[in-house]
Amino acid sequence: MSATNPSGSNAELAPDPDRDGLLLARGDWTLANVERLNRKVESLHGHVTRLDASGISRLDASGALLLERLFCRTGQKPAESGLTGQWRTLFEAVDSACDDAHEPRPEREPQWRQVLARIGQATVEASASTRELLNFLGMTVHRLARTMTRPRRFRLTSTVYHMEQTGLDAVPLLILLSGLIGAVVAFLGATVLRDFGAELFVIDLVTFAFLREFGVLLTAILLAGRTASAFCAQIGMMKSREEIDAIRTLGLDEIEVLVLPRLVALLITLPLLAFIATVAGLVGGLIVSVLSLDINLTMYLDRVEQTVTLKHYLVGVLKAPIFAVVIALIGCLEGLRVSGTAQSVGEHTTTAVVRSLTMVIVIDALAAVYFMEIGW
Amino acid sequence: MTASGRTSEQADTQTSSDDQGQEAVIRIRGLSNRFGSNIVHQDLDLDVRRGEIIAVVGGSGSGKSVLMRSILGLLRPNGGDIEVFGQRLADTEDAQRIMSRRAGVLFQDGALFSSLTVLENVEVPLKSHRPDLPGQLRRDLARSKIQLSGLSASTGSKLPSELSGGMRKRVALARALALEPELLFLDEPTAGLDPIGAADFDRLLRTLQRALGFTVFLITHDLDTLYAICDRVAVIADQKILATAPLDEIEQLDNDWVREYFHGPRARAARNQKTAHG
Repeated sequence: MSATNPSGSNAELAPDPDRDGLLLARGDWTLANVERLNRKVESLHGHVTRLDASGISRLDASGALLLERLFCRTGQKPAESGLTGQWRTLFEAVDSACDDAHEPRPEREPQWRQVLARIGQATVEASASTRELLNFLGMTVHRLARTMTRPRRFRLTSTVYHMEQTGLDAVPLLILLSGLIGAVVAFLGATVLRDFGAELFVIDLVTFAFLREFGVLLTAILLAGRTASAFCAQIGMMKSREEIDAIRTLGLDEIEVLVLPRLVALLITLPLLAFIATVAGLVGGLIVSVLSLDINLTMYLDRVEQTVTLKHYLVGVLKAPIFAVVIALIGCLEGLRVSGTAQSVGEHTTTAVVRSLTMVIVIDALAAVYFMEIGW
Repeated sequence: MTASGRTSEQADTQTSSDDQGQEAVIRIRGLSNRFGSNIVHQDLDLDVRRGEIIAVVGGSGSGKSVLMRSILGLLRPNGGDIEVFGQRLADTEDAQRIMSRRAGVLFQDGALFSSLTVLENVEVPLKSHRPDLPGQLRRDLARSKIQLSGLSASTGSKLPSELSGGMRKRVALARALALEPELLFLDEPTAGLDPIGAADFDRLLRTLQRALGFTVFLITHDLDTLYAICDRVAVIADQKILATAPLDEIEQLDNDWVREYFHGPRARAARNQKTAHG
């Protein structure tokens, strides 16, 4: 029906030279020509009393919209315009459906009020979601305690499955990332320390960095991206397909069934992964030191042995369970907050990653200050 | 039964070549589709005539959606020829180019862009194919399509998530109509609607089709839709089109699936309703 003539050269709207006030419409009044015709309709001026549409050879809904505007101007009934049968049906269908009134733009609030409103809304939302997280933490701890008294209800299979998913499967990527960061730290240290002739302290730098911070932090960042999103998407899909409701109606508890296994799995795997990351970082530093800094293998190992103390290791690894709780809880909570649509799953997954990453880094910074103050 | 399907197919081809008014907009010959060892279509033929509403029916997994996706170029067929508007679709890119300009598609759940308002959704095809249109005209055209689909103009500023299922389908219809298509594909348009909403949608579709004169290719399970608005029905079974004919002829087909489908209690109800309403 629509003209496929892209040039659209044969549509015409022009005043009749012989009779005053008569407009002649001819040709294909279709979407292909609508832009040109619209310009003609808008540039019409002067005295127009009648429209002769008998020359229209094709009409579609877009063309009909323009015709309707013309008829509004002439105040004429479509039947009097000579529009031929088939197109008249079309025009009447469009005419009866559309009232071509320009939508009044909704009144906009002044900018400063919009800004204030958004700040207020964000604040309320932030406090509400913090409260929700604390509430969720409380419920999870309660369920965890309850499960400890009745260990049979604990879902071991599910836990092991999640340990494999979140722990074992992340190992290759984690080794790669930590090794590379270790190498980068070594290079960075070498650049600065070479000026002082203290290249040997590169080893101290790498060891300190990985034992105290990077080992666990890199692991947590990786898992926040990899695992929090996975938890959220898994639970979110279940929520949107009403599986969570099914769990409840079957007399089960969704925290016990879904959250606890994930939390416990992460509590076990995150410290282990952090240890692997630390070792990988040290190896990365070792490779750079041996290959490009004239530090030999024995020297490196000796130096590491002198630097490493239990205290430094504890500073790092004590944070691991906290990060595990943060990542698992935020991932699961966002999953449970999903409502219905697939888009909602996507939005909450993003929120889960962003919030768990933020929390991990903020907690790490606070911990760094704390350990410095107590002199560890 | 396959033999009877064949004859009616050939009869169709005969008429379409005889009668200019019934030229085929879609002509499929020898289409085959398979996924691994699972054969979905084998040597499938189908003609869709200009200006008709044709419904494709068949059991679950019989390949109705696969057929539609092959025509739209969303899927590369394993063999066979698809001709649309007299042009042979050489590859999926070709098909997508032709289809996006000359055909409208309504997906099962509407497939509205959830981050855009209703009006912006309807504007999308206009923006991509007619970037020369001034913004005001484009919005007016989009708004007229929304109203044509039976929604009020104020719906335009809403987001898809704020609409009911029936309204979302109407918005999807408005978006499918935005480029004044000659051909409209509908995948289960009444699925998930209550009977009243479904009947309203059927009526709307029929009215628009009569007024705007496009051709409709419809996949459906809804017997009411079949009885209410379809000119011809194509039954897909055993990897091919069993028959393409008006409903009363299809009902008489000697095939297990057809008998069960058209002579079950629900079909009887739909048929009675049709006779009651004349």
